[in-house]
Amino acid sequence: MKKRLYLHPYALAGLVPAGFFLVFYVYPLAGIGVRSFFKNGQVNLFFLDQVFQSPRMLGIIWFTFWQAGLSTLLTLAAAFPCAFVLSRYAFRGKGLLQLLASIPFVLPAVVTAAALQACFGKDGGMFGVGIAHPLALILLAHVFYNFSVMLRIMTGFWSSLQGRIREAAVMLGAGPFRVFSTITLPLLRPAVLAASTLVFMFCFSSFGIILILGGPSFSTIEAEIYRQAAHLFNLPLASFLSLVQILFTFSLMWVYTSFTRRAARFMPKAEQAELKKPVRVWEKLMVAGVAVFVVGLCTVPLAALVVKSCMYEGRFSPAFYTALFQNVSGSIFYIPPVHAVQYSLLFALISLLIALVTGTCAALFIRFCDQRFTPAWASFFDPLFMLPLSTSAVTLGFGMIITLDRPPLNLRTSFFLIPIAHALVGFPFVVRSILPALRSIPQSLTDAAAVLGASPLKIAFTIDLPLIAKSLAAGAIFAFTVSLGEFGATLFTARPETPTLPVAIYRFLGQPGAMNHGQAMAMSVILMLVTALGFVGIENFRKQNPEGF
Amino acid sequence: MKMKNFCCLIGFCIIVFGLLACSGEKKELPSVTLMTHDSFSISNETAQKFEAAVGAKLVVLKSGDAGEALNKAILSKNNPLADIFFGVDNTFLSRALEAGLFVSYAPKGLEAVDGALKLDPENRLIPMDFGDVCLNYDIQWFAERGKRPPAGLEDLVKPEYKGLTVVQNPATSSPGLAFLLTTIARFGEDGYMDYWKKLKANDVLVTSGWKEAYWGQFTAASEGERPIVVSYASSPAAEVFFAKTPPQEAPTGTVTTSGSAFRQIEFAGILKGAAHPDLAERAMDFLLSKAFQEDIPLQMFVFPALPAAELPEVFKKHARITAEPAVLDSGLIDRKREDWIREWTEAMLQ
Repeated sequence: MKKRLYLHPYALAGLVPAGFFLVFYVYPLAGIGVRSFFKNGQVNLFFLDQVFQSPRMLGIIWFTFWQAGLSTLLTLAAAFPCAFVLSRYAFRGKGLLQLLASIPFVLPAVVTAAALQACFGKDGGMFGVGIAHPLALILLAHVFYNFSVMLRIMTGFWSSLQGRIREAAVMLGAGPFRVFSTITLPLLRPAVLAASTLVFMFCFSSFGIILILGGPSFSTIEAEIYRQAAHLFNLPLASFLSLVQILFTFSLMWVYTSFTRRAARFMPKAEQAELKKPVRVWEKLMVAGVAVFVVGLCTVPLAALVVKSCMYEGRFSPAFYTALFQNVSGSIFYIPPVHAVQYSLLFALISLLIALVTGTCAALFIRFCDQRFTPAWASFFDPLFMLPLSTSAVTLGFGMIITLDRPPLNLRTSFFLIPIAHALVGFPFVVRSILPALRSIPQSLTDAAAVLGASPLKIAFTIDLPLIAKSLAAGAIFAFTVSLGEFGATLFTARPETPTLPVAIYRFLGQPGAMNHGQAMAMSVILMLVTALGFVGIENFRKQNPEGF
Repeated sequence: MKMKNFCCLIGFCIIVFGLLACSGEKKELPSVTLMTHDSFSISNETAQKFEAAVGAKLVVLKSGDAGEALNKAILSKNNPLADIFFGVDNTFLSRALEAGLFVSYAPKGLEAVDGALKLDPENRLIPMDFGDVCLNYDIQWFAERGKRPPAGLEDLVKPEYKGLTVVQNPATSSPGLAFLLTTIARFGEDGYMDYWKKLKANDVLVTSGWKEAYWGQFTAASEGERPIVVSYASSPAAEVFFAKTPPQEAPTGTVTTSGSAFRQIEFAGILKGAAHPDLAERAMDFLLSKAFQEDIPLQMFVFPALPAAELPEVFKKHARITAEPAVLDSGLIDRKREDWIREWTEAMLQ
């Protein structure tokens, strides 16, 4: 009996993410850690003084925590009402609205900053509302950035909550408030927690936004690691700070996972939640309010960007777009926009595949641990798989240089390093998106199937995977987006002949001259369009295959 | 239904690997790999000349900004990623030499290069180009207000220039570091902090990088409200070159009078343990030849090290070489860099 347990396909699935993780994450980090902390066989800890005796360093650590917490709360406050409306009502333009809300997530930090400054810049920007304080801009940028993550996860989950329990409660005389606080909210808690955790991680390791909008007085641990590693070559301190980040992420996730496991897991899966049309005035008002909010938060800065890219010397002109196709200085590194689009899409698709396969395997494995094995393992592996989200790219990049340097793993200059690195960041999103859905499948369902003689593999393909298809699609979209937006100037530009869109944007911004700036804006607009098309493509693919992904 | 999905997936994989296979073909010539920073550039034409002169293909490996690329080279020195490293600047020179990354080789034409640029007597690192970091100002902004543009570093702390200047954080930006070094060279190790304190009192704005300062705050290039920025002496030439219709006069001016500009010199050298040492020597000869040196200005917007290299028109007209740049010993820079940056950070950002 015991033996058959180990041969369960879900247990074997665990080998996939484990291998991926060990080779591309643990091994490089261990390499850089060993090199930093041990010198000539002795433990080297002088850098501890540099951390604990420097008020600046302690300030950075403190700031990292509280800006992440505040950003998460603000994002939650913004996304919660929107998720409610989107999951309850059907209305025209809803798909478009969801698409618009997703685009900010993919934009490189420098473009986001440009867009936000165009809107709320010092001159008062578009609406005469000037936001001068860098902290306010940081928080706004984090909300702008992470709104779509929160919205997608919560809407996906919320719309799958069954209306029947709610209706039963109403029949029994519960008021709307009581229904909300005793039924909807507890059922919703796992999704809210999952989304908040993701967003917190993202803000916790925020790098580009802080560097650009925060000015130098605000720094996060991540930005400090970059400075120490890339400029001062203080690898011990950089490794130590990375370790702090990793340990913190792990403990936070550990608390979170143990909490969600203890929380009620009664989450019956609806056939397909029935969406209402907004009929009453207040319902219509609510829908309109959400639409205005989403458009205001996400679209206005993006529109400002589009306008900027089409204006030359105060007049409407396609000058910047036509210039994209000319190689003014005859540079060998000139990036034809079509190529950048192709490589971006190619990398995004490969990393989507890798992330989806490893992520699904990881989630199935965790589910297996919960269900039939020791749950303690689940609460170890679950947080482990989140770590790439908050690991410094520079540290990881340096680690890869010294570890993946011999055949058969001489990947230091390989084409595949890019999608692998992107998948490493996309993979936690996949796990986070599908795990709540997977856990919501009642055990009785799979047990019944097993009793009726279905093999574990058959259960996977006929019950588990179809039931999580929607969440899988959300995960796929995240993996795709993360890859498209990853600019990786720090880590992955090693091969200039395979540039991606964000790399092209950075190249244009690297030199003075009005045409360069304009072309960077034009390239950003193209990035936005490509992302939008990618989303539509994934959504359609899912709709055509409702039974599986 | 399952089958269809599966077929899609397989089909996709075939396409992907097909694409990869195509891109991985055609390798007749041997290749020389040049490891460098993200700002490196070379024209198509010159790359072809390289192939003809060296008898090898040029493979460029961009590895992050200048500091990061060098650190990657140091980390991989037992199993180098490339044959040549291009782009060690004089602030990182002693770190690179102490790490023992490079072998000596004096390429043809080195004797003609100005002695002030040759900082390594053993010829492990060969000067390739130089650029001056200095103050740029918005000519129109000062003209419209009938004000006099700044003439030197001292002007920035005067009341009439209050709130007009944007500089970069030396901890995160290379022109920012160069500007900090300028002030150290100019006011001495004892006096530079006083200057910065006055600058702070005069409401100087600090950004983390050049992009944020130039594209985010500088009046001539953005919606910002600071008409004075730390940039390069060649920036006005770039403003003219990258304009839709090149103007007669550059929209920005530079301040390069005595000691107010810092010279960044870029070096290249052959990496120890290079896979093709003989080809690498020929490649170094090419890098210091007229063909490559004349390509440098319009590709990277810095000045070539070889005096015989002809400058393009836009450089002759709009970019100036500083007569007396600020100078600091590169060994001293490497020893004190961290201390200076820490002092600066504590005084300016707390």
